[in-house]
Amino acid sequence: MTDQELARVANEVRRGIVTGVHAAKAGHPGGSLSIADILTYLYFEDMNVDPADPRKADRDRLVLSKGHAAPALYSVLASRGFFPVEELETLRHIGSRLQGHPNMNDTPGVDMSTGSLGQGISAAVGMALAAKHWHEGWRTYAVLGDGEIQEGQVWEAAMFAGNQRLDNLCLVVDHNRLQIDGSNEEVNSPMPIADKFRAFKFNVIEVADGNDMAQVREAFQAARAHKGEPTCIVAETIKGKGVSFMEDQVGWHGKAPDDEQYAQAMAELEAAGKEL
Amino acid sequence: MADIKKVATRASYGEELVALGAERDDFVVLDADLAAATQTGKFKAAYPERFYDAGIAEANMVGIAAGIATTGKKVFCSTFAMFAAGRAFEQVRNSIGYPHLNVNICATHAGISVGEDGATHQCNEDIALMRSIPGMTVIVPADDTEARAAVRAALDFDGPVYMRLGRLAVPVFNDPDTYEFEIGKGIVVREGSDVTIVATGLMVAAALEAAESLAAKGVDAEVINIHTVKPLDEELVRASAHKTGRVVTCEEHSVIGGLGDAVLAALAADPVPVRKVGVNDVFGESGPAVDLLAKSGLDAAGVERQVLDFLGK
Repeated sequence: MTDQELARVANEVRRGIVTGVHAAKAGHPGGSLSIADILTYLYFEDMNVDPADPRKADRDRLVLSKGHAAPALYSVLASRGFFPVEELETLRHIGSRLQGHPNMNDTPGVDMSTGSLGQGISAAVGMALAAKHWHEGWRTYAVLGDGEIQEGQVWEAAMFAGNQRLDNLCLVVDHNRLQIDGSNEEVNSPMPIADKFRAFKFNVIEVADGNDMAQVREAFQAARAHKGEPTCIVAETIKGKGVSFMEDQVGWHGKAPDDEQYAQAMAELEAAGKEL
Repeated sequence: MADIKKVATRASYGEELVALGAERDDFVVLDADLAAATQTGKFKAAYPERFYDAGIAEANMVGIAAGIATTGKKVFCSTFAMFAAGRAFEQVRNSIGYPHLNVNICATHAGISVGEDGATHQCNEDIALMRSIPGMTVIVPADDTEARAAVRAALDFDGPVYMRLGRLAVPVFNDPDTYEFEIGKGIVVREGSDVTIVATGLMVAAALEAAESLAAKGVDAEVINIHTVKPLDEELVRASAHKTGRVVTCEEHSVIGGLGDAVLAALAADPVPVRKVGVNDVFGESGPAVDLLAKSGLDAAGVERQVLDFLGK
């Protein structure tokens, strides 16, 4: 797909995110919208996946370590054909396959249950280790929040991945600079992020605009080509990207839009989609 | 049982891993810088390319094990009970328990029989913690024969397993030629009519020894070996309890949340008086394991005293 085609899909994915969180009356729109472009690129362009066979053995895996961005993962999976887009409106409802945080046994296409921050990366490392150990060629991605990397377990996992030279592993840090209690800097700065991962023996790729499909493509192509070390892509993104009143607003970390806000958000996204 | 062969269940584990390694290569073993102590070092020595050391990072080790299990491959991971069930509790719950992954957590150095290392390393809470996780199977082998069978059974078992292993060499009372192990099935190791002693882990041998002494004093004790604390063989426990009318539970674990409470819950609907013998809601201390067990009443003499007192003799 071209960058423009992927951007159109990402726009559709954003509408799915807003729709899901609105229907749930709860959830995390900010950090879902920030990662929409990267997840779209991965599932529509990079990863070997098959919606008709979600658990095929040789598929590439993705662990949404920042599990609260589940609305983004669900929306991408639905757009990709793993389940009907209409099901996004059941997000967080009793009996839904779309739990508040991802569960691999509920949702087709979800490779690992996540939500407790810091744990997904370890599972991703385990997947990458298994692929190396049994000489299988698939890749593993883990998407982390920039607040999430305050968890010590992230660095336990990074140390192990670097030492084991897991070049079939690619981390993404969604660097939108905001977490629940404020900015990363105000809370407990994880910066400098890139230098930390370099020190843990990662190939680090910094993306100036992680909401730009051309830059996203370039980064993941370089990651795929890099051998001998795991890669960490540190992507500068905008929390709430695509919805004007949510952009860069910490208050939209974990809050659902009301009906009026929902209508405005969808109108903005539809207008943006028509320009693509 | 003075002249009986004694083996620590951690040693049984290490040796059985090596045996399994010779038979198949669809599993790997993880440890967190305690391979020499947990005895996974035996497997590491035999199959170094199938062993991975996570270093002193138990949370990550448990998560890696979960990730491996998602691929359909098998995995054992080991550290001390304190760090597997304690430090990594939430990782075990969320990364292994919730997705119900086939990870075998084989935790050694459980209970006060850790000995000299003292309270920080004596985990008396692991059974309680692990049995609180939905879908977790909790196995506490009593001797070498049982531990080997349990390790073998765990490898192909569907679902997460927490296996509690010990540091102290304990009597081998199960005959490997006739012993049959089935996850979830308790074993009546001695039939009796006056009282039922339900024991797990190293307390089974102590209970058997106590039963012999009790017999000499006119008390005919039934002894049940509960190697699988969860799911508990409730049917077996209920039948024996209603036959004898009294139950004494024995575990090298806190009296809160362990085997005793599981047995109490099983008997709650049709109650039989129960006395729980275990670690009495206190931290451990340093000392030789055998002496600590005696001090806590977790030896044959202690069990005998409790049974006699419970029966008013």
